[in-house]
Amino acid sequence: MLFGVDDDQLDNVFKALGDPIRRRILDRLAKRPGQSLFEICAASFAEDGRSLSRQTISQHLDMLERAGLVQTHWSGRTKMHTVDNAPLRKAAAAWLNKHLKKGSAT
Amino acid sequence: MRIYITSVLVDDQAKALDFYTEKLGFIVKHDIPMGDHRWLTVVSKEAPEGTELLLEPSEHPAAGPFKSALVNDGIPAASFKVDDLNKEFERLRQLGVAFTVQPMDAGPVRMAVLDDTCGNLIQLIEMVAAS
Repeated sequence: MLFGVDDDQLDNVFKALGDPIRRRILDRLAKRPGQSLFEICAASFAEDGRSLSRQTISQHLDMLERAGLVQTHWSGRTKMHTVDNAPLRKAAAAWLNKHLKKGSAT
Repeated sequence: MRIYITSVLVDDQAKALDFYTEKLGFIVKHDIPMGDHRWLTVVSKEAPEGTELLLEPSEHPAAGPFKSALVNDGIPAASFKVDDLNKEFERLRQLGVAFTVQPMDAGPVRMAVLDDTCGNLIQLIEMVAAS
Protein backbone atom coordinates (compact mmCIF):
# COMPACT_ATOMS: atom_id res chain seq x y z
CA MET A 1 0.00 0.00 0.00
CA LEU A 2 1.46 3.34 -1.06
CA PHE A 3 0.42 6.68 0.46
CA GLY A 4 -2.46 4.96 2.24
CA VAL A 5 -4.07 3.74 -0.99
CA ASP A 6 -4.39 0.10 -1.95
CA ASP A 7 -4.89 -1.29 -5.45
CA ASP A 8 -8.62 -1.74 -4.93
CA GLN A 9 -9.04 1.93 -4.09
CA LEU A 10 -6.93 2.95 -7.09
CA ASP A 11 -9.03 0.64 -9.28
CA ASN A 12 -12.21 2.23 -7.99
CA VAL A 13 -10.97 5.76 -8.67
CA PHE A 14 -9.69 5.06 -12.18
CA LYS A 15 -12.74 2.98 -13.09
CA ALA A 16 -14.98 5.76 -11.84
CA LEU A 17 -13.07 8.26 -14.00
CA GLY A 18 -13.16 5.94 -17.01
CA ASP A 19 -16.53 7.09 -18.27
CA PRO A 20 -17.47 10.39 -19.89
CA ILE A 21 -20.85 10.58 -18.16
CA ARG A 22 -19.25 10.19 -14.73
CA ARG A 23 -16.58 12.76 -15.55
CA ARG A 24 -19.30 15.21 -16.62
CA ILE A 25 -21.17 14.57 -13.38
CA LEU A 26 -17.99 15.35 -11.42
CA ASP A 27 -17.40 18.52 -13.48
CA ARG A 28 -20.90 19.76 -12.76
CA LEU A 29 -20.81 18.86 -9.06
CA ALA A 30 -17.49 20.69 -8.75
CA LYS A 31 -19.08 23.80 -10.25
CA ARG A 32 -22.22 23.52 -8.15
CA PRO A 33 -21.79 21.46 -4.97
CA GLY A 34 -24.78 19.97 -3.17
CA GLN A 35 -27.11 18.64 -5.88
CA SER A 36 -29.99 16.19 -5.59
CA LEU A 37 -30.40 13.30 -8.02
CA PHE A 38 -33.19 15.28 -9.69
CA GLU A 39 -30.97 18.32 -10.22
CA ILE A 40 -28.13 16.19 -11.61
CA CYS A 41 -30.56 14.57 -14.07
CA ALA A 42 -32.00 17.94 -15.09
CA ALA A 43 -28.55 19.45 -15.65
CA SER A 44 -27.39 16.39 -17.52
CA PHE A 45 -30.37 16.65 -19.86
CA ALA A 46 -30.05 20.41 -20.30
CA GLU A 47 -26.32 20.49 -20.93
CA ASP A 48 -25.68 17.24 -22.77
CA GLY A 49 -28.94 17.24 -24.66
CA ARG A 50 -29.49 13.57 -24.02
CA SER A 51 -31.93 12.09 -21.66
CA LEU A 52 -30.43 9.45 -19.39
CA SER A 53 -32.76 7.58 -17.10
CA ARG A 54 -32.72 8.45 -13.43
CA GLN A 55 -31.69 4.87 -12.74
CA THR A 56 -28.67 5.16 -15.02
CA ILE A 57 -27.50 8.37 -13.36
CA SER A 58 -28.14 6.82 -9.97
CA GLN A 59 -25.86 3.89 -10.88
CA HIS A 60 -23.13 6.26 -12.05
CA LEU A 61 -23.41 8.15 -8.75
CA ASP A 62 -23.09 4.86 -6.85
CA MET A 63 -19.79 4.15 -8.61
CA LEU A 64 -18.51 7.64 -7.87
CA GLU A 65 -19.56 7.21 -4.24
CA ARG A 66 -17.81 3.84 -3.97
CA ALA A 67 -14.64 5.47 -5.23
CA GLY A 68 -15.06 8.19 -2.62
CA LEU A 69 -15.19 10.87 -5.32
CA VAL A 70 -18.73 11.85 -4.37
CA GLN A 71 -19.91 12.36 -0.82
CA THR A 72 -23.53 12.67 0.21
CA HIS A 73 -25.23 14.64 2.94
CA TRP A 74 -28.84 15.38 3.80
CA SER A 75 -30.41 18.77 3.29
CA GLY A 76 -33.67 18.35 5.13
CA ARG A 77 -34.89 15.02 3.76
CA THR A 78 -33.19 15.38 0.38
CA LYS A 79 -29.91 13.61 -0.35
CA MET A 80 -27.33 15.98 -1.78
CA HIS A 81 -24.15 15.05 -3.67
CA THR A 82 -20.80 16.85 -3.46
CA VAL A 83 -17.37 16.18 -4.97
CA ASP A 84 -14.55 15.01 -2.73
CA ASN A 85 -11.11 15.43 -4.31
CA ALA A 86 -9.23 13.52 -1.60
CA PRO A 87 -9.21 10.19 -3.53
CA LEU A 88 -7.92 12.05 -6.62
CA ARG A 89 -5.06 13.52 -4.64
CA LYS A 90 -4.27 10.12 -3.17
CA ALA A 91 -4.35 8.48 -6.59
CA ALA A 92 -2.05 11.18 -7.93
CA ALA A 93 0.37 10.78 -5.03
CA ALA A 94 0.32 6.99 -5.17
CA TRP A 95 0.60 6.46 -8.89
CA LEU A 96 0.14 9.31 -11.37
CA ASN A 97 2.81 11.66 -10.05
CA LYS A 98 5.69 9.20 -10.23
CA HIS A 99 5.16 8.86 -13.99
CA LEU A 100 4.62 12.57 -14.47
CA LYS A 101 7.89 13.31 -12.69
CA LYS A 102 9.85 10.79 -14.77
CA GLY A 103 8.36 12.02 -17.99
CA SER A 104 8.52 15.72 -17.13
CA ALA A 105 10.75 16.33 -20.14
CA THR A 106 7.94 15.38 -22.54
CA MET B 1 -62.39 15.14 -22.03
CA ARG B 2 -60.52 17.76 -20.01
CA ILE B 3 -58.17 17.75 -17.05
CA TYR B 4 -60.03 19.78 -14.41
CA ILE B 5 -58.06 18.75 -11.33
CA THR B 6 -54.75 17.37 -10.19
CA SER B 7 -53.56 16.71 -6.67
CA VAL B 8 -50.69 16.82 -4.22
CA LEU B 9 -50.71 14.49 -1.22
CA VAL B 10 -50.33 16.70 1.86
CA ASP B 11 -49.47 15.66 5.42
CA ASP B 12 -51.82 18.22 6.94
CA GLN B 13 -54.62 19.99 5.06
CA ALA B 14 -54.76 23.06 7.30
CA LYS B 15 -51.03 23.59 7.04
CA ALA B 16 -51.17 22.98 3.29
CA LEU B 17 -53.95 25.55 2.93
CA ASP B 18 -51.74 28.14 4.63
CA PHE B 19 -48.73 27.33 2.49
CA TYR B 20 -50.51 27.14 -0.85
CA THR B 21 -52.49 30.36 -0.26
CA GLU B 22 -50.30 32.53 2.01
CA LYS B 23 -46.94 31.61 0.47
CA LEU B 24 -47.58 30.44 -3.09
CA GLY B 25 -50.53 32.82 -3.52
CA PHE B 26 -53.24 30.47 -4.80
CA ILE B 27 -56.88 31.03 -3.86
CA VAL B 28 -59.40 28.55 -2.44
CA LYS B 29 -61.89 27.20 -4.94
CA HIS B 30 -63.67 24.54 -2.89
CA ASP B 31 -63.52 23.76 0.80
CA ILE B 32 -66.10 21.11 1.59
CA PRO B 33 -66.06 19.12 4.86
CA MET B 34 -65.88 15.38 4.19
CA GLY B 35 -65.72 13.39 7.43
CA ASP B 36 -62.27 13.71 8.95
CA HIS B 37 -60.98 15.63 5.96
CA ARG B 38 -62.01 18.28 3.45
CA TRP B 39 -62.44 18.43 -0.30
CA LEU B 40 -59.99 21.28 -0.52
CA THR B 41 -58.96 22.74 -3.85
CA VAL B 42 -57.05 25.85 -4.85
CA VAL B 43 -56.61 27.66 -8.16
CA SER B 44 -54.26 30.27 -9.52
CA LYS B 45 -55.33 33.91 -9.21
CA GLU B 46 -54.21 34.24 -12.82
CA ALA B 47 -56.61 31.48 -13.92
CA PRO B 48 -59.47 31.10 -11.42
CA GLU B 49 -61.39 28.96 -13.91
CA GLY B 50 -58.34 26.88 -14.69
CA THR B 51 -57.21 23.49 -13.43
CA GLU B 52 -57.75 22.99 -9.71
CA LEU B 53 -55.16 21.61 -7.33
CA LEU B 54 -56.58 19.21 -4.77
CA LEU B 55 -54.78 19.31 -1.43
CA GLU B 56 -55.39 15.65 -0.75
CA PRO B 57 -54.73 14.00 2.64
CA SER B 58 -51.80 11.59 2.40
CA GLU B 59 -53.31 9.08 4.79
CA HIS B 60 -53.01 5.98 2.61
CA PRO B 61 -50.21 3.76 4.03
CA ALA B 62 -48.41 3.80 0.68
CA ALA B 63 -48.40 7.61 0.50
CA GLY B 64 -45.70 8.13 3.16
CA PRO B 65 -43.02 5.84 1.65
CA PHE B 66 -43.83 7.11 -1.85
CA LYS B 67 -43.50 10.76 -0.85
CA SER B 68 -40.31 10.12 1.13
CA ALA B 69 -38.66 8.32 -1.76
CA LEU B 70 -39.40 11.25 -4.09
CA VAL B 71 -38.11 13.83 -1.62
CA ASN B 72 -34.92 11.80 -0.97
CA ASP B 73 -34.05 11.99 -4.64
CA GLY B 74 -35.19 15.61 -4.91
CA ILE B 75 -38.04 14.79 -7.29
CA PRO B 76 -40.96 17.25 -7.40
CA ALA B 77 -44.54 16.06 -6.88
CA ALA B 78 -45.97 18.90 -8.99
CA SER B 79 -44.81 21.66 -11.28
CA PHE B 80 -46.13 25.21 -11.57
CA LYS B 81 -45.38 27.78 -14.24
CA VAL B 82 -44.28 31.34 -13.48
CA ASP B 83 -43.56 34.33 -15.73
CA ASP B 84 -40.41 35.46 -13.92
CA LEU B 85 -38.62 32.76 -11.96
CA ASN B 86 -36.00 34.99 -10.35
CA LYS B 87 -38.64 37.40 -9.10
CA GLU B 88 -40.80 34.58 -7.74
CA PHE B 89 -37.76 32.93 -6.13
CA GLU B 90 -36.88 36.17 -4.33
CA ARG B 91 -40.47 36.75 -3.22
CA LEU B 92 -40.81 33.22 -1.81
CA ARG B 93 -37.40 33.27 -0.16
CA GLN B 94 -38.36 36.46 1.66
CA LEU B 95 -41.42 34.59 2.92
CA GLY B 96 -39.15 31.91 4.37
CA VAL B 97 -39.79 29.23 1.74
CA ALA B 98 -36.95 26.67 1.50
CA PHE B 99 -35.57 25.72 -1.90
CA THR B 100 -33.74 22.46 -2.70
CA VAL B 101 -32.78 23.73 -6.16
CA GLN B 102 -31.94 27.40 -6.74
CA PRO B 103 -33.00 28.83 -10.09
CA MET B 104 -31.03 27.08 -12.84
CA ASP B 105 -31.12 26.70 -16.60
CA ALA B 106 -32.56 23.40 -17.78
CA GLY B 107 -32.70 23.47 -21.56
CA PRO B 108 -35.84 25.26 -22.77
CA VAL B 109 -36.84 26.23 -19.24
CA ARG B 110 -35.44 27.74 -16.08
CA MET B 111 -36.42 25.88 -12.97
CA ALA B 112 -36.22 25.85 -9.19
CA VAL B 113 -37.54 23.42 -6.60
CA LEU B 114 -39.08 24.30 -3.25
CA ASP B 115 -40.30 22.44 -0.18
CA ASP B 116 -44.07 22.75 0.46
CA THR B 117 -43.62 21.84 4.18
CA CYS B 118 -46.31 19.18 3.72
CA GLY B 119 -44.04 16.40 2.49
CA ASN B 120 -43.57 17.44 -1.14
CA LEU B 121 -41.14 19.20 -3.39
CA ILE B 122 -42.65 21.57 -5.93
CA GLN B 123 -41.00 22.61 -9.17
CA LEU B 124 -41.35 26.13 -10.54
CA ILE B 125 -40.57 26.66 -14.19
CA GLU B 126 -40.25 29.62 -16.50
CA MET B 127 -40.36 28.93 -20.23
CA VAL B 128 -37.41 30.67 -21.84
CA ALA B 129 -37.11 29.22 -25.32
CA ALA B 130 -39.74 29.89 -27.95
CA SER B 131 -41.34 26.51 -28.46
